[in-house]
Amino acid sequence: MFCLVFLAGCGVNNIPTFEENAKAKWSQVLNQYKRRSDLIPNLIETVKGFAAHEKDVLTAVVEARAKATSVQVSADMLTNGDAVKGFLENQGALGGALSRLLVTVERYPELKSSQNFLALQSQLEGTENRISVARRDYIEAVRLYNTELKTVPGRWWRSWLYAGNDPMATFDVAPEETATPKVNFDSN
Amino acid sequence: MSHPVRAAMAALAVIIGLMILVGSAQNTAFSQKAVPVLSGRVVDLAGMINAADEADLTARLEEHEKITSNQIVVLTISSLHGEALEDYSLRVARGWALGQKEANNGVLFLVARNDRKMRIEVGYGLEGTLTDAISSFIIRQTVAPLFKQGLFNGGIVAGAGQIIDVLESDEAALEDWRQRSQTTSSGNDPEWPFYIFILLWLMIMFGGLLSNILVRIFGREISPGHYRWLGIDAGPNAPRSKSSGRSSGGGWSSGSSGGGFSGGGGSFGGGGSSGGW
Repeated sequence: MFCLVFLAGCGVNNIPTFEENAKAKWSQVLNQYKRRSDLIPNLIETVKGFAAHEKDVLTAVVEARAKATSVQVSADMLTNGDAVKGFLENQGALGGALSRLLVTVERYPELKSSQNFLALQSQLEGTENRISVARRDYIEAVRLYNTELKTVPGRWWRSWLYAGNDPMATFDVAPEETATPKVNFDSN
Repeated sequence: MSHPVRAAMAALAVIIGLMILVGSAQNTAFSQKAVPVLSGRVVDLAGMINAADEADLTARLEEHEKITSNQIVVLTISSLHGEALEDYSLRVARGWALGQKEANNGVLFLVARNDRKMRIEVGYGLEGTLTDAISSFIIRQTVAPLFKQGLFNGGIVAGAGQIIDVLESDEAALEDWRQRSQTTSSGNDPEWPFYIFILLWLMIMFGGLLSNILVRIFGREISPGHYRWLGIDAGPNAPRSKSSGRSSGGGWSSGSSGGGFSGGGGSFGGGGSSGGW
């Protein structure tokens, strides 16, 4: 029993614990991106009802969504930095297309004030907020995990027991993601 | 002690000192505005509610927790001091750990008076009931119009009342709320807690089994049929291995407060809605 406590104190379990934690945080990131993606068909339908001739903006969202959902990064692929980067770039492009759509919507007061659109907009905002929270939580979890791999005693445990554990990919929180999306009124 | 050793030790001390300095600097930069003390269910730092209504609201929120175990807290502050509303709100909600630990059923209703902003922050467990669309609806349709007329007291009481109302509604009443806020069905809401549950379950179920097998493979035999490896015993009468015993303890109950009210350890993931007036 003493041995067990002693070992736990040495952090023998830290690497797998932190790894599972980071993976769980990543699945949360995926979940929130999926949630956003699931909102889009309804959003498109609603906007079409009022502003059908804004084809370019609508098509851009549909295409960005198709592209973003075509690439999936499972929790086992997190050590592959390029895969993660590619996935996030696609999702970022979708975010950009969506915010352009919301700027366009500013020109349609009727659409903007319709209950249906307001509800969708609040869901979209909520989802964007959840995405940024999930991303920050993931970054923090990976920071813990990667630090554990690189520092003593985690380094020793890794070389002895967890040789297959590689650092996971991390990324920066882009400044525009920490702020709530603002609508630029000058662009009209 | 020889000189090179001394020099090396001095250098090490300087490096450690620097690391501590840098660490504390980062800490202070991060917590620019401390999370306020959870003094009760209504924390009225901006003085927007009168005493009678505050007592009344507190009683209603307490009653609500008795019925549903949901923890709802109202917080008013005078200013966000430049911090993003969503960041501050999440920081407070997580800091207070509102909601029960297993149910994650906390709600924070935050009003920042001088910023003219407010937010309903919803814990994981209530995101399916108090959806983004419904919380946005409450802010837009009920609270903001009253706030616009300067009726802060009434706005906060009405807003909190509707939050309670939504959380206490039965299926039919909830459907009515959904209709009123024109929510389009969001079918994937209840999926992810289920997956996390399964993941946890797998870890608990097979973690023990795996360590048992590993001990038998790598460990040395201490008596016939008994193996020990890294201090974990395995064999017919061995004590059950408790490889994760230490890390699972703890939990983060928020600090005890004067009113005898404290958060139950619920967690938040950014659900809810923001608005202004």
